Amino acid sequence: MTFVEKTTIMNGTEVRRAMTRVAHEILEANKGTEDLVLLGVQRRGVPLADMIAGAIERVEGVSVPRGAIDITFYRDDLSTIGPAPRINETNVPMDVTDKIVILVDDVLYTGRTVRAAIGVIMDWGRPRAIRLAVLVDRGHRELPIRPDFVGKNVPTSHREIIKVRVADFDGTEEVVVGEVQD
Amino acid sequence: MTLQCKDLIGLEDLSREEILSILDTAEAFRSVFDRPVRSVPIMRGKTVVNLFFEPSTRTRISFELAEKRLSADIVNFAAASSSLKKGETLRDTAQNIEAMKVDMIVMRHSSPGAAAYLSRVLDASVINAGDGAHEHPTQGLLDIMTMRQRLGNLAGKKVTILGDISHSRVARSNIYGLTKLGAEVTLCGPPTMVPGAMARLGARVEHDLRRAVADADVLNILRIQLERQSQMVFPSNREYHLLFGITDDVLRHTKPDCFVMHPGPMNRDVEISSEVADGPRQVILEQVTNGVAVRMAVIYLLSGGDPGQLGAPAA
Repeated sequence: MTFVEKTTIMNGTEVRRAMTRVAHEILEANKGTEDLVLLGVQRRGVPLADMIAGAIERVEGVSVPRGAIDITFYRDDLSTIGPAPRINETNVPMDVTDKIVILVDDVLYTGRTVRAAIGVIMDWGRPRAIRLAVLVDRGHRELPIRPDFVGKNVPTSHREIIKVRVADFDGTEEVVVGEVQD
Repeated sequence: MTLQCKDLIGLEDLSREEILSILDTAEAFRSVFDRPVRSVPIMRGKTVVNLFFEPSTRTRISFELAEKRLSADIVNFAAASSSLKKGETLRDTAQNIEAMKVDMIVMRHSSPGAAAYLSRVLDASVINAGDGAHEHPTQGLLDIMTMRQRLGNLAGKKVTILGDISHSRVARSNIYGLTKLGAEVTLCGPPTMVPGAMARLGARVEHDLRRAVADADVLNILRIQLERQSQMVFPSNREYHLLFGITDDVLRHTKPDCFVMHPGPMNRDVEISSEVADGPRQVILEQVTNGVAVRMAVIYLLSGGDPGQLGAPAA
């Protein structure tokens, strides 16, 4: 079983442009930065949240509070053998109650990670709203969850795998589509 | 890595990697205690039975809290009110409980090997919460977790364990776990409590207190089992305190940053003086907090939880 890359669907510039656009859409929808909080889902959602925060700061001159959440202990598949998650730091350095939380993740697929992440956030307080920003929406939802801000819609088959690479962890920024082959 | 076993009977059975995996997972659970909601939903729908055939306050409450903070359903079972009084065997009791569809049994029992026996006759996971003088693995893990928080990597660190080593399950679990992580363990107490043969477990035996503590990074002081005093393993509480009790005076002969641990319950002014028990060098309550985190980690990992590749331990 090996991962075979098929196509690069976004290069680093395209990733940054998409997240800059997402930042503008967030500002537009929220009418500014008031009460905004960015929470990245560990691991690749965290640098993506940083990218959005950087773009917001360039436009508005405001540094939006940021945090990171790990969903491992909120998963719904403890008994089945799933992909091995790391347990990373959950760091919510602000009170989220009455805030507009922008949840940031790299790929939206079944929606189960987002469901778990909403559970984590609710245990930290009662936000006025939680919005979802993702770099890639690849479809195939298993739960009634939809993104509010999308970098790129990528129709996929179940067999395909989307890999998001970010500078912090992978040394490069890109989105590739591939398949697992025997 | 996941735990390769269904049960946790003793640290003797675990690899170094498995111990480190439990400790890293425990640190992640420890950080949950600082959140507004101190529980996580990961064990929802799982049932854990706490089977305590021996009295326990701290360990039982710690396991119960760990299970509740994982959102498991729990049932408590104390020997005093059980059918054992009516002559039922351990195997029958346990199989009846398992027939009610439970996922895990946490057991304390006065007989060494009781947990291992139960693990062989049951499909449910078994966690040993102390079996006679054999092992008390979660106590060993919480002690090691507390040492690691203070000392970092334990390789080459010097740990002195004091007290009634030969009858202590806590000592055994500490020795197995610590030596696997590369720590140098010294055992100290009167020869009736620390026979020279204990060195076979991979530790140094030292009957002179001053020599045993001189280069230690940490002292783990075990409870003197006063209920065993009828066997005359030492002449009197007062003599034990004079010869082996840890006092401020003894601490003056240790390294300045050497700290003091005790698994509780303490006999004040027997194995540990009140001034030390309440002093700046002890980390006894940190041990208690870590105990809940370590038990959450063990229960979670035995339930199929996967800590993944432990490249980045949670802060």
